[in-house]
Formats: sequence, structure tokens, C-alpha cells
Amino acid sequence: MHFSIYRYNPDVDAKPYMQDFVLDDCPPDMMLLDALLLLKEQDETLGFRRSCGEGVCGSDSMSINGRNGLACVTSLASLGGKVTLRPLPGRPVIRDLIVDMEQFYKQYRAVEPWLQNNDPQPEVERLQTPEQREQLDGLYECILCGCCSTACPSFWWNPERFLGPAALLQASRFLADSRDQATEKRLQMLDDAYKLFRCHSIMNCVEVCPKGLNPTKAIGKIKQMMVKKSV
Amino acid sequence: MTIPRRKFDTLVIGAGGAGLRAALELSQADARVAVVSKVFPTRSHTVAAQGGVNASLANVTDDNWHWHMFDTVKGSDYLGDQDAIEYMCREAPRVVYELEHIGVPFSRLENGKIYQRPFGGQSQNFGGDQATRTCAAADRTGHAIIHALYQQNIAARTHFFDEYFSVDLISDDDGYILGALVVDIATGEPLVIEAKTTLIATGGAAQIFRTSTNAHINTGDGMGMALRAGIPLQDMEFFQFHPTGIAGKGMLITEAARGEGGYLINGNGERFMPNYAPKAKDLASRDVVSRAIATEIREGRGCGPDKDHILLKVDHLGKDVVHKRLPGICDLTRSFLNIDPAEQPIPVFPTAHYTMGGIPTNRFGQVVVPVSSGPEEEVPGLYAAGECACVSIHGANRLGGNSLLDILVFGRSSANHIMEYLAENQHHRDLPESAVEKTMQRLQRWDKKGEGESVASLRNKLKLVMEEHCGVFRTESVLKEGLQKVVELEKRLPDVRLTDHSQQFNTARIEALELENLMDVAIATICAALGRKESRGAHSRIDYPERNDVNWLKHSLFYKKERQLDFKPVHTKPLSVETFPPKERVY
Repeated sequence: MHFSIYRYNPDVDAKPYMQDFVLDDCPPDMMLLDALLLLKEQDETLGFRRSCGEGVCGSDSMSINGRNGLACVTSLASLGGKVTLRPLPGRPVIRDLIVDMEQFYKQYRAVEPWLQNNDPQPEVERLQTPEQREQLDGLYECILCGCCSTACPSFWWNPERFLGPAALLQASRFLADSRDQATEKRLQMLDDAYKLFRCHSIMNCVEVCPKGLNPTKAIGKIKQMMVKKSV
Repeated sequence: MTIPRRKFDTLVIGAGGAGLRAALELSQADARVAVVSKVFPTRSHTVAAQGGVNASLANVTDDNWHWHMFDTVKGSDYLGDQDAIEYMCREAPRVVYELEHIGVPFSRLENGKIYQRPFGGQSQNFGGDQATRTCAAADRTGHAIIHALYQQNIAARTHFFDEYFSVDLISDDDGYILGALVVDIATGEPLVIEAKTTLIATGGAAQIFRTSTNAHINTGDGMGMALRAGIPLQDMEFFQFHPTGIAGKGMLITEAARGEGGYLINGNGERFMPNYAPKAKDLASRDVVSRAIATEIREGRGCGPDKDHILLKVDHLGKDVVHKRLPGICDLTRSFLNIDPAEQPIPVFPTAHYTMGGIPTNRFGQVVVPVSSGPEEEVPGLYAAGECACVSIHGANRLGGNSLLDILVFGRSSANHIMEYLAENQHHRDLPESAVEKTMQRLQRWDKKGEGESVASLRNKLKLVMEEHCGVFRTESVLKEGLQKVVELEKRLPDVRLTDHSQQFNTARIEALELENLMDVAIATICAALGRKESRGAHSRIDYPERNDVNWLKHSLFYKKERQLDFKPVHTKPLSVETFPPKERVY
């Protein structure tokens, strides 16, 4: 199997370059992360993040043959004969496949992604019907891998001002929670020409989400709530 | 070279559930808290916990903390400390309700209460009918919990040092722990974090084995730090092999699969668990189920062309239940096996999963060490919580659903005790430069250049030896040979060299520091396993097949210095109820 991997170490490299690697005898069910780990045994200077290895922690997101995804849940068999790996697009590269995610996290924090409820806390759980709880399905499962936001042209152009699909998905997760009381404030915070409305439903986010989530739909729901509010 | 310093009231090392639960409590009480994590917090391994967290909410079946306590003591094969277990089981409903209040999206019952499911080793009425005690957010409970805890920590303005690696604890001549030397992974810059109190919450160490359910980051860093600081590790011979890792690959298939009604079948298509646990069947304790699977395979009744695994069947439950209650498992089997468990059984094998042993603490999270085999004393300023610690509530075998509970209860209780400590110790003690230099040596050692073995090569050998010599079934000769091999590998460690000496996000150097921790933890594990000449819980000695309460109802303590093994008594006296005396363990 042939790999072409983006390399850049600001300590030693004047500019980024693509390096070719070959891995012999890849078993048919091998995952891309396993291959990267073997390549790192050949060349320990190869830099990438990884943690859980099973698609739940969101560490090993990267551009795989031009499409954002997680290395650990991408099988080599799905990639054809040659694999081209680059860091997530649009973010500053720290080294090789490792990008600086700070702007992404900053936008996440900006939506105040925590449950807000000022009632006195009951001694037991707050009740929520299975139907109310179901509203959170498709929203709470986000793993903050950044595949969606870094695949979004609007986020490329305006990463400071447009919150991006991941942060907006979080916003909608709390707007959808029957226990959250900050709906008014949340909608007001998002009511801005850029933060939310720079989403043009290009749907790259939906296309790449490794958890099968649909940020575009979530953003649409927020827009609907705003319309309802203003009527 | 003077290393920059930052000062905090508390340093929390590790941003999994225990670290974040403690940090939240402390930040909300206006303590200055620094959380140091080698990965972004939500990438910590708590995120991978699936099935749920135990608490006797009695939302589905009758339940109370005393039954939960009995099950935990029995599950621990009577090695768990009954004071700590009582404390944990009594606190369980409160910490689960707290999670609900901070936003964890628990699944719900028709009446709107938190959904609970049956899990292994749970009973009503002290060994009676199956209980339903595990509170769940589908099969993504760990994800739901760690994200909510992180989110609340952002709201509470906890200081996060993301992608910083902790090198070693810093202590003074009086034995006070004064913080730690850490390194910013992105820049390679060292930093001293001075703290009046330090909480180690670095998780488990199943990466000492070749195949495990654990994240790559679970390298026992906190345990290594403790050993190097002269603190022993307790009960390291007890390593949990989860009955249902995906065969040959290791990814965890939650016990919830069996809790929801799934069961195991052997190569003859026969449901075999009733032969080993007539009453609890597939929901017996994990040690029992893992041994049953290993026995079926050893006796030639495995599945597949090589008869090397067992099948987990959930397809009879229907698509609705499987897809709704176990969506994460469906994701995993689709990604790694290309199957839908609602249609096909899952090939599984017992897989290294959980470190029952760890840094010895009391139920307030204080690290305690016997003083020359005398009574225990606290290490001033040092706390530990979660999988890296040994309170001990899990004893010789942890029950499913008790690890998320452990991190919440003892993360919280550590924070509460830290607050008391801070009230009494308002000023930082002097941290001399000489104490820092000692810890810097560990970092600088990896600057050496030249020819040498690679980190990966030594690490792969270590993991293979541990898998072959310290697995589900153990014997004196196999363990001895294993120890000899590991010690040989340890001797080669000083000759290992890095080829990457860059300061920029040098993951090779981090892996080298992790290898040192893996080596220390592996030696502790195999020495303790060799030491315990009985079978108890997860520690099965073919040469000593019986439990021996007369000689071995005691905790082991392994010291790095001269690889010394010591012992201390089990706390058999609970806080307020009668002792559960050791009994034969039948499920």
C-alpha cells in the first residue's frame, strides 16, 4: 500500500512537502490508524494525534484522500491503492498531520455549551419524557473531532466570525434540551449576520461527519426557532 | 536554566471523569485549579465508557445501597475495603442525580426517570433476583458524562493545560508533594506547576498488554510517577479481562449487550454460561464470564475455523432494541467487523480492560502509605482518584458500572478533602530548585543521541511478554519466565534512543516517557501476580486454584525499590453496617 503524507516540522523544514511511504502486507481489514502506527515505527518523526482508536474520542481527524475523516474508523480497503493524507484544511499546522484547533474550541466555548437552569435543584432527577430526550439524539453524540467545521467553506473564510457547524450543533443540543432555560439568551447570541447566518447549507459537514450527525439540519432548526421568536 | 513556574491551589493531573469531577467541585468553591492533560479533555478514556453507572435509584426494580454494597463486596471476592464500598454505594444516587442536573443526557423511562438496565453481578436482597441498577445514556454513557463535566468546567473557569504531559511529581525533604514538572507537548517547553495539593487522576494502564480495550493513552503515567516517588502500588495482580472485546482487535463490546438480553454461544452453538453460573448465567461477574470463555476455547469448543473465539448473540432482541439501546456497539461492529449485530452474532474474546490495583488511597482520596510496615500515613498534599487509584472498592474484581461510579464518587470526595486541606494550609511551601532538577533529569535523558533500540521495538516486546505471561490463567513457571523477560527488557531501557529531538509536538518523546511508565507498571503487575499464591477474583492461578482467606485476605503493595512486595490488611469493617464475611462465591 502506498501513502503520500503531508510533512512539515517548523524546526527543520523551510516549507511543507509530501513524503511517500510504502507498507507491505496490509491485511484486508486494517484500519488507517493501524497503518499510521506502523509507519511511525518506521519513522518516529511522523506526527499525528490518536487516543481511543475506535471513533469516540475524535483525536485522529485528518484529510484522507481529500475528505475529512477519522483514521481509526477508516478501513484501508475503502481507500483504493494510494492514500493521500493531509492535515485538516484551513487550520494552522503545528506539525505534520497535527493542526492547531484553538479557534475551533473557541467557537465551541462561545455558544456556552453547558446546561443552564436556574431552578433550585430537586433531590432526585428532573423528569424528561423519552420523547423529550429523543430530541437530543443526533446532537449530543458530537466528539469534537472538527471534521465538519474544517470542511466548511464558510468556516474557512470567516473562522473568527462564523461559529461553524460543530459549535452550532452544540448550540442546538442545548436549545433542544427540555431542561435548559436559556433559550432566549442562546437565540439572541446567535442572531448575527455571521455567527449563524453564514451557513449556506453547503452540507460538507453532513458529508464528512464520522458519527453520521447532521449539523445543517440542526442549524436549520435554530433558524426556525429564530423565525418563530420574531413572529 | 530556570524553568518557568505557575502557582495554583490544586494541580489535577488527568482530565478524565475523576479529574474533571474533582476540578468542577474545586473551581465552583473558588479554589484555583490547574488541570493538566496530555490530550484535550474530552479525548480522555472516560469518553469510551459504554454501559453505564451503578446507583440504587430503584427506578426499575426495588433497590437500595446496602444490596449494591453486598454485590460490590462479593464481586471484589471480599478483597474490597468495606468502609470505602459502603461510602461509595451510599453516595451513588447523589452523584448520579448531580450528573443529571448538570445536563448528562441519560436515557429515560416512560415515567421520565433515568433509564436503568441490568448488569453483571447485580442482585436484589443480598444475592436474590437480578437487580436493574446501571444508569445509562444509551451505550455512550462515558461520552455523555465527560462532555457534560468538561462543559461545566468551562462554565466554572477551570484552568486547563491541554496537551501538557506530566513528567514527575516534585516533593521536598519533608515528604510534601509540591506539584509536578510538566511539559508543553506543542513546544517542548518544561513548566513547573506549584500546587498545595496534587490529585493524580491519570486512569488505567491496559496498554501494558498487546491487545486491550483501552485507548493508546492509557499508559499508567500516574502510577509510574507514584512508583518513582517511592509510593507503592496496591493489588496490581488484579487485572480485569473484559469478557467481550472484539476478537483479535480488542474494541469493547459493552456488558449492556448482555444486560439487554444478549448471551454467549460456543462453537457447538450452545449457550454455555448456565454451566458456570446457573443463576446469573451471562450476567455473572466479569472474572467468572472471562474464565468461562477461556475454558470453552481451551477445551476445543471455540467458534470459527481456528476455534479461537466465542460468539455474542443479540440478534434475537430485534432491530429496535439493538439499534436504540446499543447504537455505539452497532457503530463499532459496522466499522471493525462490517456486520450489524441485529443480524449477526459478534466474535468476542476476553480482553485486558481495567486496572483494579493502583495508588493506595483512603476514601477521601488521600494517598496513604505504611510507614515501615507500621500504620498507614498520608502523603501530605497528594491525592489520587479513579482507575489509577486503589481505594479499594473493586478488590479482586470490579463490577461493570462501578468504574464510572468510582471516578465520580472519589473525584468528588477528593475535592472535598482537598478543600479542608487548603483551609488548613493556606500558603505554598518553598519549592527548591534542586527538587526540580531531579525531575528534569528524566526529561533530559531523552536528549541523548546516537545508535540504540527504538521505543516502539521495546514497547512491542513488553506488551507481548505481558500478554503471554500474565493473562487470564497464570502459573508460577509462566509468571517467573515472564518476569525474567520483562526485567531483561527493563535493562535495555537506558540504551533506547530517540531519532526525533525536535521541540515541536514531539510525539516520539511522549511515547518514550510513556514507555518508562508502562515498564514500571508491567513489572509491578507481574511481581504482584507472582507473589499472590491463591486464586481470587481476576487473579486465577492454575497452581493455586482455591481462594485462601487464611493467608491471603490481604492487599499487596509493590515498591519499585528492589521490587519489594509488602502486604496490608483488608478493611473488613464497614462504616455503619455489619461486615459481609467471606463466603464461597456462586453466581
